[in-house]
Amino acid sequence: MNKHYQLLIIGGGPAGLAAATTTAEQGVSCAVLDEQPAPGGQIYRAIESIPAQRAKQLGSEYLRGKKIAAAFRESNAEYYPDTKVWSLNKEREVGILQNNEANIISADKIIVASGAIERPVPFPGWTLPGVMQAGAGQILFKSAGIVPDNGVVLAGSGPLLLLLAWQYLHAGVEVKALLDVTPLGNHLTAMPKFPRALLAHHYLTKGIGYQIELKRAGIPMLFGVSELRAEGEDQCQRVCFKHAGKQKTIDSELLLTHFGVIPHTWLTQSADCKHQWDDSQQCWRPEHDEWGNTDIEGILVAGDGAGINGARSAEHAGRLAGFEVLFALGVISQAERDKQAAKDRKWMQDERHIRPFLEKYYQIPKNLLATADDKTIVCRCEEITAGEIRQAVRKGHDNTNQVKFYTRCGMGPCQGRQCSNAVAHIVADETAMPVEKMGHFRGRPPVAPLTLEQLASLKKDALS
Amino acid sequence: MFKQLPLDQPDSVEIVLNGQSLQVPKGISVAAAALSNQQNFTRTTPVSGKKRAPFCMMGVCYDCLMIIDGKANQRACATYVRNGMHIDNQEGVGPAMEGISNE
Repeated sequence: MNKHYQLLIIGGGPAGLAAATTTAEQGVSCAVLDEQPAPGGQIYRAIESIPAQRAKQLGSEYLRGKKIAAAFRESNAEYYPDTKVWSLNKEREVGILQNNEANIISADKIIVASGAIERPVPFPGWTLPGVMQAGAGQILFKSAGIVPDNGVVLAGSGPLLLLLAWQYLHAGVEVKALLDVTPLGNHLTAMPKFPRALLAHHYLTKGIGYQIELKRAGIPMLFGVSELRAEGEDQCQRVCFKHAGKQKTIDSELLLTHFGVIPHTWLTQSADCKHQWDDSQQCWRPEHDEWGNTDIEGILVAGDGAGINGARSAEHAGRLAGFEVLFALGVISQAERDKQAAKDRKWMQDERHIRPFLEKYYQIPKNLLATADDKTIVCRCEEITAGEIRQAVRKGHDNTNQVKFYTRCGMGPCQGRQCSNAVAHIVADETAMPVEKMGHFRGRPPVAPLTLEQLASLKKDALS
Repeated sequence: MFKQLPLDQPDSVEIVLNGQSLQVPKGISVAAAALSNQQNFTRTTPVSGKKRAPFCMMGVCYDCLMIIDGKANQRACATYVRNGMHIDNQEGVGPAMEGISNE
């Protein structure tokens, strides 16, 4: 590993891999820093090593990752797996941790391709063992061939639930029920966005196809579900909810939930990139232009970490950021950049067609985002409840960071990744202010826990 | 809660999970090994002592902290099994490093 590169890419998902391949092909010295043991990101996790049978159960979209990973491996880009990035600053210095040793390296340009995380939505019982995020179930399936053995209830909102149910069905897993908490009213509010979504009909037909197959297999799919909660003593035993005006219960030791995904912005926040609230996607995302340039010179973003557009878009965004870096480094001219980028720009626009509809259709209702039940733990690390947060607001702590200082919400090992959005929504709800006015937790390095021993291992010349 | 689907490659490693010797597939995460071996919870919390288990499996929630080869606070979902690895559930903040007191 060098101390300095022309380009450092953080993240080895579709955006990071595409950006690396694009730039390394043109002779740029480039390294990909990946927290995972192999290329693919979460979406194409274990893509290089997965057994053929399991890959088939995951569907054709997953297999797309094989081509991306292969092209990346053929390029001259350096690849550093098992590498945790714990800081990024305006000077484009990147703090990393490998084999328990910390180091700081730098680059002329940085592309942050940090991807997405599941939107954490606190609900009663979400901290019980046996309650996990749907993405977790998918990761277990992709990377280890591990699936539920006593059946599973899937609940929440968003296309991933349908996909996971379909994947489990093909792996012979009993899906006890699919509980959709999307408000029925969303069908209406999303309708104006439907004509444009027809331009991306392959996504719509895929979703409908999954639904038909699940229905044929006899999997109960309940829509308009509310008051979702998991109950049990030290372990999920029952999933309770309201449907069609009645309280219902399903016995299950496993509940996988999904409430959409949001950009993983901790690095761009710690670098102090400007972030904006995206009302349609209900999340914070770094501000950027169409090439991925943030407001900080030399720091670009690509893929879902820049705003949620899906895996295919991420690939195009990675290439666009790559072309921009090539231009900024003087490797290609502006005209060359524009010419090479034309196809990706077009494809990316095509990919956008489905998004406004999906975003409206799967809009998470405010009462879920702002954790209506006061006894529910919002900060999983420090075990702070919604009621305690509301109390803090009533005492005058009327923005997200104030609440953090006062309650310790967001000060545990996850550094607020699981509670930041919920806290903002609760404060907004209590103060009757728009959520974008609440701000997000201030991200500071190290953005991942680091022991003093690891920090002390920094090489002498790392802090020049 | 979870089971291992039949494997194409039977490559495995031996780990010791909460005192029990187990053969698990090579290359899987510690969290995957725990969940597929009836280890339904993997830690208790420092604040209330409640049981917790892996939640996000992608390294962001820090709910899967376990003691791995004597070191506390390791993310089980971002640590991969190795032959001879010792893995234990973590209680609260876990044991302090040698020579340091928890008090």
